[in-house]
Amino acid sequence: MTDHAARSASPPAPTLLSRLRRLGALRASGLIWVLLLMIIVAVIYKPTFINPSNLVSVARQTALFGIVAIGMTMVILTAGIDLSVGSIVAVAGVVCATMLDAGMPIWSVVIVGLLIGATLGAINGIVIVIGRVPPFIMTLGMMVIGRGLAMTISGGHPVHFREAAESFAWLGQGFLLGLPVPVWVFLLVAASAFFVLRYTPFGRNIYAVGSNPEAARLSGINVGATIFGVYLISGFLAGLTALVMISRLTVGEPVLATGLELEAIAMTVIGGTSLFGGEGGVIGTILGAAIVTVLANMLNLFGVSPFTQQIVKGFIIVAAVLFETYRRNRNSAK
Amino acid sequence: MESGRQAVQEGADTVVLSMGGISKRYPGVVALDDVALTLRRGEVHGLVSENGAGKSTLIKILAGAIHADSGEIVIAGRAVDHPTPAEMHDYGIAVIYQELMLAPHLTVAENLFLGRLPRGPLGIIDWRAAHRQAGELMDRLGFRVDPAARLDQLSVAQRQMVEIASALSRNARIVVLDEPSAVLGGSELERLFEIIRRLSAQGVSFIYISHRLSEVFAICDNVTVLRDGRRVGSRPIGEVDPESLISMMVGRTLADIYPARRRGIGAPVLSVRGLNRPRVLHGIDLDVRAGEILGICGLAGSGRTELLRALMGADRAAASTYTLRGRERRIATPAAAIRERMCLLPEDRKTQGCFLPQSVAFNMTIARLGKISRGGMLSHATERRIATRLVQRLKVRTPGPDALVHQLSGGNQQKCLIARSLNAECDILLIDEPTRGVDVGAKREIYELLAQLADEEHAAIVMVSSELPEILGLSDRILVMRDGRIAGRFERDEATEEKLMAAAIGAGRPAREEAVHAAL
Repeated sequence: MTDHAARSASPPAPTLLSRLRRLGALRASGLIWVLLLMIIVAVIYKPTFINPSNLVSVARQTALFGIVAIGMTMVILTAGIDLSVGSIVAVAGVVCATMLDAGMPIWSVVIVGLLIGATLGAINGIVIVIGRVPPFIMTLGMMVIGRGLAMTISGGHPVHFREAAESFAWLGQGFLLGLPVPVWVFLLVAASAFFVLRYTPFGRNIYAVGSNPEAARLSGINVGATIFGVYLISGFLAGLTALVMISRLTVGEPVLATGLELEAIAMTVIGGTSLFGGEGGVIGTILGAAIVTVLANMLNLFGVSPFTQQIVKGFIIVAAVLFETYRRNRNSAK
Repeated sequence: MESGRQAVQEGADTVVLSMGGISKRYPGVVALDDVALTLRRGEVHGLVSENGAGKSTLIKILAGAIHADSGEIVIAGRAVDHPTPAEMHDYGIAVIYQELMLAPHLTVAENLFLGRLPRGPLGIIDWRAAHRQAGELMDRLGFRVDPAARLDQLSVAQRQMVEIASALSRNARIVVLDEPSAVLGGSELERLFEIIRRLSAQGVSFIYISHRLSEVFAICDNVTVLRDGRRVGSRPIGEVDPESLISMMVGRTLADIYPARRRGIGAPVLSVRGLNRPRVLHGIDLDVRAGEILGICGLAGSGRTELLRALMGADRAAASTYTLRGRERRIATPAAAIRERMCLLPEDRKTQGCFLPQSVAFNMTIARLGKISRGGMLSHATERRIATRLVQRLKVRTPGPDALVHQLSGGNQQKCLIARSLNAECDILLIDEPTRGVDVGAKREIYELLAQLADEEHAAIVMVSSELPEILGLSDRILVMRDGRIAGRFERDEATEEKLMAAAIGAGRPAREEAVHAAL
């Protein structure tokens, strides 16, 4: 509650600074420095970091996990959570691998993969909206159900498929203009999400619902449809991730993408999106995804064991949330 | 009550609490300015003022929840410096808030001894002892409450008794009652008064906060009046009458703060017959016309807020007819209401109105994004232009349309909500407690805004308020609600505060008590 009496009537013209602030870019700018610092440290101590092959692998890894993190960001902006994305990837992955193995046409595999993701996401959304089941519980249930489905469909074994058509392999393994195709997919998804959040009424409503669902309802916003929408999108992007992953791995495993939901949540939260909803966005998540992947890569290069890596990652997630809480408290104390 | 017996030996004139020169500033607001208060042993001291005059700040300072910027507090002869809530507790001060602080799912005994339940051997809670001690305590105080009853089974009055008992069992010597009549019905209030009289005879001192003067005259020995954060004066109750108290509280005539209305009332735009919501609203008939401000008052729990929410389609309700601008309509959701250009500005802005982490522009445009869209795409330049215009028109004090709403004061947040309804082109405004949490200067601006909307834009405004001066100062017609029904209809010229209050309280007190139970 500050006294702005003196400066009321004519607001200043939008400056570059205020434009950036509205883009949410300034908020994310701290993350850019974190990322740059990490890269500098990596380059100094492990020059192999900037080997093209390593950079390509980091970029691809960022993309593979980043696609679901974009969906997760939209979910978390509504103050929800989606724990089921990893399992949805597995279900779509084994079904698509089975279809490929049966020699079904690529286009049908792609449609089915995306449909499975969208359908499971829609089920999440319907139960959360109509059944008023808390998102945490519903998607936790879907996480277990999905994993069970993937195991049942595959009989618990990896589904290898015959050498798929080149066009399908291209999705996970190919390059376009020097960048791995998954990176292009990720950038396309991120750009679309950025556009949706910033330039469409649906995106506006996501922020409104996440900030204050009751105020959103009284403002005439269809809160249920908005929430349903974000879970649908999150599931759809999990389906897309399944296609890219099995194309890359040439196998659909029922344990595919185990723990992906936690990676995606970590990327979102490190990217500055508030778990309380209404604050944050895609730019932060892109940086969050890069930070998480670069960190994992660095730890690998430094020869840190995967076990210890988990400990480090856990600390970083807690630190990001602590920082977020600190920032909120400081703001609300004003 | 050993300390009670000990205290009897002290003189009757002992000063138990003295506050002097208390000042508290918030950015942009002086909440308290050089306020003094003296409380003697066994005294019941009334504290009256309009809303927002500093009562709640003073109570918080007494509770140790916040600290005064300057001034001194002396309790039982000891100066108290920057106390914590726990220290104030130890000094014997208990504040009983309007919203009771007890745990509703626990029993009376559990609530009384929360955190200090009697233990048997092995550290296990001795329930029989707990219930016995609770029963003894309640008997001693003359409260008829079963120690084994769960709190949520009790009436509001009984809960208040438990709260008082709990305070006294912790050796409270000074009990602050914050507007008990806001939650208590007539006969319950009478019981509370008996208890206050008995306890004050035993040496407990009370600070009794209310803006209902009849209560102050009924129970208080002395009264202190606050206005705009200052102490206007303290008087023995025998030296004042209602008129002199009101002039001390108001300090200005209604014409000073309420804008003159230019009346040009048109055709009915909203007519409702037989609006029902089970157990909450019963057969409400209501008409509001273009250019009219319809004031609705009533006690807390009388169904005021519920009526607005039902009109808006926010809660499920059924009406035999619901006519908007001459056509029969069914408004089942707030979205439908907004399409019909009707808007609700809720009572609690922070939890129901504002999008606190979002910008002023976001908050102003959200209810009609079509206004800032070009071909289905939001235009940030248009948004900014529209928001800037609204900021200027409504004199919103903000660094700019990009500022976050949680940084604004209550009055400016309210203006953002009015701007939202303007941007949504709503000309039927349902507004609940328009100036709650708004400081005095901004109040006047909001009154002017509402008057201007009615007079110049021919908006139809339904305004719910618990502040009778506001209702009287602004409304063209007034409805009084009681127990979910319309209990009185008044034209502006015939209404007085006394008539409205009489209608709100009603003749049959038992009925009111039932309603309190039903409302729980």
